[in-house]
Amino acid sequence: MKKIVKYVIVDILRNKIVIAYTAFLLVMSLSVFNLEDNASKGLLSLLNVILLIVPLVSIVFSTIYMYNSSEFIELLVSQPLRRKTIWLSLFSGLTVALSLSFFIGAGIPILLYQPTGTGIMMLTAGILLSVIFVAIALLASVTTRDKAKGIGKVILLWLYFALLFDGLVLFLLFQFADYPLEKAMVGVSALNPVDLSRILILLQMDVSALMGYTGAIFRNFFGTQSGITIAFLVLVLWFVVPLWLSLRKFRSKDL
Amino acid sequence: MKKNVLLLGFVFFLISNQPIFSETIRVGYGQKITRIQEGIDLSKPGDTLLVTEGTYRQGNIIINKPLVIKGINHPVIDGEYKYELFSIKSPYVTVEGFNVQHSGHSSMVDIAGIKIYNTHHVTIANNILVDNFFGIYSQQSQRCIIKNNQVSATTTATERSGNGIHCWKSDSIHIYNNKVSGHRDGIYLEFVTHSPVEKNDIQNNNRYGLHFMFAHNNTYSENIFRHNGAGVAVMYTRNVVMKNNRFEDNWGDAAYGLLLKEINDGVIEGNHFEGNTSGIFMDGSTRIDMQKNTFKGNGWAIKMQASCMDVNLEKNNFIGNTFDVGTNGSLVLNTFKNNYWDKYEGYDLNKDRIGDIPYRPVSMYSMIVERNPPAMMLFRSFITTLLDKTEKVLPSLTPENLKDEYPLMKPLPL
Repeated sequence: MKKIVKYVIVDILRNKIVIAYTAFLLVMSLSVFNLEDNASKGLLSLLNVILLIVPLVSIVFSTIYMYNSSEFIELLVSQPLRRKTIWLSLFSGLTVALSLSFFIGAGIPILLYQPTGTGIMMLTAGILLSVIFVAIALLASVTTRDKAKGIGKVILLWLYFALLFDGLVLFLLFQFADYPLEKAMVGVSALNPVDLSRILILLQMDVSALMGYTGAIFRNFFGTQSGITIAFLVLVLWFVVPLWLSLRKFRSKDL
Repeated sequence: MKKNVLLLGFVFFLISNQPIFSETIRVGYGQKITRIQEGIDLSKPGDTLLVTEGTYRQGNIIINKPLVIKGINHPVIDGEYKYELFSIKSPYVTVEGFNVQHSGHSSMVDIAGIKIYNTHHVTIANNILVDNFFGIYSQQSQRCIIKNNQVSATTTATERSGNGIHCWKSDSIHIYNNKVSGHRDGIYLEFVTHSPVEKNDIQNNNRYGLHFMFAHNNTYSENIFRHNGAGVAVMYTRNVVMKNNRFEDNWGDAAYGLLLKEINDGVIEGNHFEGNTSGIFMDGSTRIDMQKNTFKGNGWAIKMQASCMDVNLEKNNFIGNTFDVGTNGSLVLNTFKNNYWDKYEGYDLNKDRIGDIPYRPVSMYSMIVERNPPAMMLFRSFITTLLDKTEKVLPSLTPENLKDEYPLMKPLPL
């Protein structure tokens, strides 16, 4: 397993797109911190990058990588290796490589300019988002045989998590404006890892605005030790469940 | 000539016998008279009573003649949670240097540590008041001075605690340099007029730091209001002047740095609002001049309801607020001019330090949150940013006229 993981990591890290992704994050975060007069405003600009770019790159890149290495996977399957090992090594290789490039690109500037609770939370959220979207990409690629269809699917999924879900929430909020939805919103936020990460980061950042009624409910839940633990558990579930589903599918898949 | 002066002096001496023949009497432990009330009864108007160090559990003390009562090294006057401590019922009384604690509690009468009843020219200075129901209470009194007192309480239940400094139907009460914490309202004024409130430090009270109703023509300056349950509330008042105060860290949905309800003809100048959920909440207020204030790091710098009229916001700094202005309607009868907004994205081609395009401080998303508070969940999400940008190009939901036509490019040095 170690060998395959190592091979995948080296293979991905040599990839031009991943290098470009790392460089883009690095330039982006450095310029954001240097251009803005106060560092917290820089973090805010970075927030949108992390919540949009990181999922997009993770999901699309992983999907394309999976399709491109289908022959490699076939070769591995012909060897005396368990399918579970192969699949998990591919997953680990992808997550380690993408998390590493996120850490180099955005993590180091954050640690240099904002080594605060907010910065740490942002870093953790970024890495978790990378992992989650790799898992989702794996599930999407294993369920679709056609490459074009698979890529289309993941782009739609990204669009859903980044934009459509929030639009849907907004629509529902106005439809059910007469009902007390504050507490339900905590539950709804768990349905989207992007929203959940955003709320976790914002609770460290925009403290005073979130002291309003809804904000207070969020804070009472996510601000406590157990709340943060639950939130992280939910985020972990967000990659464990797709990974497990994809693994089940891959085991019995006719290659 | 000299003789005349001497004669005149002698006549004056005779007619004004009271203060001239005043004595200084020592009472308390180690003295002949140990009961303070006894000392008051024996003294003549104008005397000075010095109370020696120690803890006195002597029930209610009524001061019914003009006296100066001073504590030496802050003697403790303890009410054993049963009595009111000092009841001042005469003009020209000074109470100074006591440690007043543990007054009684009641839901029928307002029991206070030091209470001034229907009189005038009373001075309360340098006292330490701990755990009283009401701290210092002025009822129907005029021309009193309340200064340099430290008033604190530890009750957490609002109904069990009274106000730190409470004035009712009074006039010309000068309140300055006091510290109030842990009470229901820090300073409460009702039907109080012409009273300056200055340099007080009001923190950690259960309800409002400063609360006044029907208190016209008062000036509040250089006070600090921090971490109070619901900030500062001013209601139904005319001609109020608030200058150079600091309003900080008032957190909660119903907590405001400053709540203005039905305030007319006010001046709010040079104040500093920092870290509040809402810096200022305005409802039904008219003719208010707001200048040179700083709004920094608030959730909402100003929530201005559509019921406000002729509010003039000029030369204020808005820095690092999540939302600059929130409102609930589309009617705008107020003016914004020459303010600095850190979210302004315009340009200044003619270099006159005034932005060439107007700034709209109300964002689409703040309107959405105003109508539908749970939408706070989408705070800073991509879709709301998108909505804000479209709204900037084509305003539909945000009030068309709420804008600063002449926004400043650089913050004012405040």
